[in-house]
Formats: sequence, structure tokens, C-alpha cells
Amino acid sequence: MKKTWWKILGSLIVIYTTIAGLLLGVPRLAILNETIRNLYFHVPMWFAMLTLFSISVFYSIKFLLQGKEEDDLRAVESVNVGIVFSLLGLVTGSFWAKFTWGQFWSFDVKQNFTAVSILLYFAYLILRNAIDEEQKRAKIAAIYNIFAFPMMVVLIMVLPRLSDSLHPGNGGNPGFNSYDLDSRMRVVLYPAFIGWSIIGYWIYTIRFRIRSIENKQQHN
Amino acid sequence: MQLAKEVKYLIHKEVLLEWRSKYTINGVLLYVVSTIFTCYLSFISLGTEKLIWNALFWIIILFASINGVSKSFLQETKGQQLYSYILASPAAILISKTIYNTLLMLFLTTIALILYAIVFDTFTPPDLILYYVAVILGGISFSTVFTMVSAIASKAGNGGMLMAILSFPIIIPVLILLIKLAKNAVDGLPWENSYDEIGMLLVVNVVVVSVSLLLFPYLWRD
Repeated sequence: MKKTWWKILGSLIVIYTTIAGLLLGVPRLAILNETIRNLYFHVPMWFAMLTLFSISVFYSIKFLLQGKEEDDLRAVESVNVGIVFSLLGLVTGSFWAKFTWGQFWSFDVKQNFTAVSILLYFAYLILRNAIDEEQKRAKIAAIYNIFAFPMMVVLIMVLPRLSDSLHPGNGGNPGFNSYDLDSRMRVVLYPAFIGWSIIGYWIYTIRFRIRSIENKQQHN
Repeated sequence: MQLAKEVKYLIHKEVLLEWRSKYTINGVLLYVVSTIFTCYLSFISLGTEKLIWNALFWIIILFASINGVSKSFLQETKGQQLYSYILASPAAILISKTIYNTLLMLFLTTIALILYAIVFDTFTPPDLILYYVAVILGGISFSTVFTMVSAIASKAGNGGMLMAILSFPIIIPVLILLIKLAKNAVDGLPWENSYDEIGMLLVVNVVVVSVSLLLFPYLWRD
């Protein structure tokens, strides 16, 4: 029970935000209409992705300092799960875009830049495939991971704010906070951030355990 | 002080090596010239839209600098790397390579800009000084990013393709800022409108250089 309380908490929060997100009242807004509920599913994906990529950078740094193979496995598995969340964020976002902006892909800066940052992490995985020797692979991959992380942050957090975007809160558009994120939405959105991050972390721990068992079998 | 001495000596070595063979500089120069002509011949039918030429210029510079800068680590043999590993500190090697590449890029981009302005006489931006500032910043940023990536690619032992895959996603934010800055110059906007981009580029460079300096010693030690 001691070890599983956060898993139960995470599941409960995600179940709560899913049900409440679909049923609770939301502000009536032109164009957005009921699609505003997608906010509860679209934005938390990015939050979970950022959490996982941060975990990955943390373990990459730890690997460089201490050189334990376990840390490398943790880094790569959190990148794997993070990529899944980023793809989910992209899919939920493009459905939302279809119904509000008219196209699945509107060449919005944020869409483009997140696509680029996903490329960055695919490049990380390809770099890993290119090297056979385990210790060397772990070291070089960790270095690239740390080197790429600040660029990813620039891509998805800083640059969209400098240019015109259809997203709220960018390029002169007012943020959600300023006009329509009323308190009814906050009680669902903020728990959703936490809930999905916990679920992401949980998936990552499972992936890590599978990977380390596989690794042990290979070595024996 | 020891570091400065080592850096100075290593830059001297790089320049001397380059001066003896003149391979990289002539090769990349020819690369730039022939790409500019290829682009001219293929894009001339599109008319004289200045912004197209601007985007094209940066793409040419991007590919030229990938080819030029990636040489710095990729062309060294294992023995050469081991030799410099014994002689100098990793920080000195990275700094000297970065400075040398920056000099190379500044020379190259300046020539490319002159040539570009001559070939596409409709292109010449009204605010040439601001455009040159963009070109200088571009040369510096490309060399800081590509030097580190080429070090990673060379250690991975899988040259050219890996270099392109690893560096494109990283360079895209820089490229976007550069194109925007250059567009300001082409449109002849006052300088105040460009301070954001210039500042951002400087910040990105500082971050890249400091992260590289922290990481390079781990990469260098085999």
C-alpha cells in the first residue's frame, strides 16, 4: 500500500478529470463551443511530456556523473514514453485544430515546432541505434540528450511567444487565463496536469522494469 | 592562462593545417558558389520576390556550414585525436575548434553574401548593415552548434548522415530566428524591431557554448 498510493491517486485523478471534463459546465464561447473540453486532454499531454523529458535529462546527467547502466536505461525509457505523450498531444491538438481552425495541420508555429522537437528525440533514438558498444552508446546518447534539451525548451516555450500563432497566449493573442479559463475549468485542468504526469511516470517505471529484466536475460 | 596559451596554439595549428592543404576552404567555397548558381538557375523563373531569395540564402549557408564545420572533428583520425587528448585540455580543444570554425564561417558567409548580392542584383537588402549583422550572428551560431554536434557524430563513428540528422532539429530554432532577423533587414525596418531576435540569438549561443563546455570533457574521454 505504501508503494502504490501514488498510482491509485494518479488513476483517480485521471478518472475524475475525464468524467468531470466531459460533464461539468464550461464557458460558452464562439468557435470553440464544446471543443473547449479538449483543453483537459490536450494540454496535460504536453505537461506529461515535459515531465518525462525532464526525468530523462536528470538521469542522463546522473549517468555522466556516476556511469551506472541503470541510469541510461531510465533515460531512454522516459524518452520513449515522452515521445508517446508528445504524439498524443499532437493528435489531440490536430483534432482540435480541425474543428476550430479548419484543418488538421494549420502550419501554426506551435504545431511546427513541436513536430521539430519530436524529430529531435527521434534523432536521439537513431543515435542510440548507430552505436553498438553499450557504454559508449550510453555516454554519447546522454550527452546529446542534455545538449538537445535546452534547444527543445527554446523551441516549444520561447519561440512561439515571439511569433504569430493561432494558439492562445502567443503572438499577441490573449492567454486562456485572461478571458475564459474561469474557476470551473481550473478545478479540472490543474488536477489533470498532475494526474497525467503521474500516469506517464507510472508507464515509464513499468517500461524501465521490463527493459532491465530483458537486459539481465541478455547478459546471462 | 594555461588555457589561453593552449587555445592560441591549437588555433595556430588548425590554420596552419588548413593553409597547407587548403582543402576545406576551397571545397566549401566552390560548394557555395555552385549552389548559388544552381539555385539561381532553378529559381529565376519564380521572379524577383526578395523573401524567397532571403530564405534561399540561409538554406545555402546552412548546407555549406554543415559541410564546412563537420570536417573539424570528422576528418581527424583516431590517432590525431588521441595525440591532442594527451597534449591539451578538452576545453582548449573545443574552444579552439569553435573559434577556428567561427573564423572560417565568417569568411565564407561574407564571400557568399557578396557573391549573392552581385548575382541577384534585385536582392540587395536596403539595410545592408543589419543584414550583415544577421550573417555574422549566423556564422557564429552555426559554428558553435555544429562543432559540438560534429564531435558527437565523430565519436559515434558514423559520419555524414548522423551529422545531418542530429544537427537539423537543433539548428532549426536558430535558423528561424536568423531568417526573421534577415527579413527585418530586407524589409528595411528600424533596428528597434530586431533587438528581440538579436538578444535571443546571443542567449542561444551563450547557452550552447556553456552546455558544450560542460559536456565536452565527458565526450572526449574514451
